[in-house]
Amino acid sequence: MRFLAPFKIAARALRRNKMRSLLTMLGIIIGVGSVIAAVSITTGATKQVEDKVASLGQNVVTVFSGSFSGMSGRGGWGSAPTLTVEDANAIKKEVNNAVAVSPEINDRMQVFANGLNWNTRVNGESPDYPQIRDWDLASGAMFTDGDVRSLAKVAVIGKTVVDQLFANQDPLGQTLIIRNIPFKIVGVLESKGFNLFGQDQDDIAIIPYTSHMKRINKRTFVNSIMVQAATKDSITQVQNDINGLMRDRHKSAEPDFTVRTQLEVMQMATQTSKIMSVLLAAIASVSLLVGGIGIMNIMLVSVTERTREIGIRMAVGARGRDILIQFLIEAVTLSVAGGAVGIALGMASAQIVAASTGWPTITPMLWIGIACISSAGIGIVSGFYPAWKASRLDPIEALRYE
Amino acid sequence: MQNRPVIQLADIQKIYRTGEVDVHAVRGVTLDIFPGEFVAIMGSSGSGKSTLMNAIGCLDRPTSGLYRLDGIDVSALNRDELAKIRNDKIGFVFQGFNLLSRTTALENVEMPMLYNHRRVSAQEQHERSLKSLELVGLATRADHKPNQLSGGQQQRVAIARALVNQPALLLADEPTGNLDSQTSIEIMGVFQKLNDAGMSIVMVTHELDVARYTKRMIILKDGKIRTDEKVADRLNAENELKHLKQAQEAVKLA
Repeated sequence: MRFLAPFKIAARALRRNKMRSLLTMLGIIIGVGSVIAAVSITTGATKQVEDKVASLGQNVVTVFSGSFSGMSGRGGWGSAPTLTVEDANAIKKEVNNAVAVSPEINDRMQVFANGLNWNTRVNGESPDYPQIRDWDLASGAMFTDGDVRSLAKVAVIGKTVVDQLFANQDPLGQTLIIRNIPFKIVGVLESKGFNLFGQDQDDIAIIPYTSHMKRINKRTFVNSIMVQAATKDSITQVQNDINGLMRDRHKSAEPDFTVRTQLEVMQMATQTSKIMSVLLAAIASVSLLVGGIGIMNIMLVSVTERTREIGIRMAVGARGRDILIQFLIEAVTLSVAGGAVGIALGMASAQIVAASTGWPTITPMLWIGIACISSAGIGIVSGFYPAWKASRLDPIEALRYE
Repeated sequence: MQNRPVIQLADIQKIYRTGEVDVHAVRGVTLDIFPGEFVAIMGSSGSGKSTLMNAIGCLDRPTSGLYRLDGIDVSALNRDELAKIRNDKIGFVFQGFNLLSRTTALENVEMPMLYNHRRVSAQEQHERSLKSLELVGLATRADHKPNQLSGGQQQRVAIARALVNQPALLLADEPTGNLDSQTSIEIMGVFQKLNDAGMSIVMVTHELDVARYTKRMIILKDGKIRTDEKVADRLNAENELKHLKQAQEAVKLA
């Protein structure tokens, strides 16, 4: 049999019955459309969560001190005075792939400037902090190692603090008063927005951790140590090495620290949306299956209805194989065309959802490929039995069929 | 007349084994039909003419006996090989026209070429179909669909379809069964013209009037050939049409 003839035969047969062809496609259109729409919406949601997690920083491993247990009750992670600046220095020196380290002191207090005051987070950090958090400065520069050594009274502030205290002014070079100590503002961070937990990340003032420990809080321990691993793949290795190193250094029976990685946060955060997408994909697959059954049903009816046509074709020389191929091509054409329309419709409805709710939607190429392949597969599977039945017809019986 | 017969049947038998009773539809038919012949196969229902027709048309295999079509032994071919023979050698014309609905006359005529083993270009398909339609006088209706054509015109399209692969044999099964008498004569006129041009035609019919337009009449009874003779008082479709028109005019005048 020649290559193009079967396609011509099938195309003419489909054209003869436009309405039936359209209705047959409808099941697949709806099935593929709902799969694509569901996947687009959940992928968009997952991407949004991932972006939020990524805003925590680049390949971050965080060491928290253990919880503080006292007479009055137990504190949370970071409350026990177990982590020191020496721990941070040891990590930077001895752990492979730990490219940036920042001992961190978290505090919250009233700050003053311009005759205004504002309650904000005041963090002690190292100059590595912007690199670890993947957070650029909008203006000015980060304080330096020299500032850390000299307990300099310098600060880098976030967008919210700027808005609250320095509206319509350039804050660079101005003074921010923390605990009655004037800090010179040397840099302003770019806006990062809210994090995964709904906290305004821009509501912050950052000063050298030494200044924080000696001038403000007068203490010798840090709340946590932020470490940046060189690559995504080295995160686990860095985590394990820190665990080993810290156990050696602290020598306590029970570890008085915890090491968390961004991967873990990522996994927790995306788990919900993954469950959602599996659920949606399952529902959508059911509608695809129903669409496939619809095609098989109509093809079966159509074989019976077109018995005489099959007889005529056989009489003029169509072999069983030619009839099989014709019906198979008809089924596959219907399902693939339905799939294509479904993809377009699914993407369009995802766009409508995006426009009306503000959720971001993303249609992954992978799923477009899956939709194409599975609709072709559905066509072959659901078309085969009717096509085979048609090809087995006896030409004499078929010609006599009324 | 050439030496080699188009159809050579030797002791053809067809037995239908349905349940306990065997039905002996054709009981030993031996028959030669030569190129350029125009044969009517007649017989009452149950005489075995349909069964014989199916065997000649390569739609069915005889239970026993030898059948050579255009020199090829087709009595032992399988389904696919028979389909190829039908495509190459035989043009079918049916009682019910059997055109594809909602499909233009031209595409109906093109249809057999889509099953050719040799590739036929779209242009050649088009040209050959048009030529075929011209031959039956319907070239101007090429883009009409069956429901826009009269019965006689539909049967002409069916004849054009039968001719498009230049078959060795035209096989007609009650071709005038669904037509009025004047249209029947017109269709027989088409057959006579084709036969004059050298086409071998075998036609199954139960109407003696129609059979009289052929050259040779074979009458079957109980699965055997009863008579096989030349048509003595052969009718000419052109003359008959003239007579009919004269008669109609006479009625109108009167």
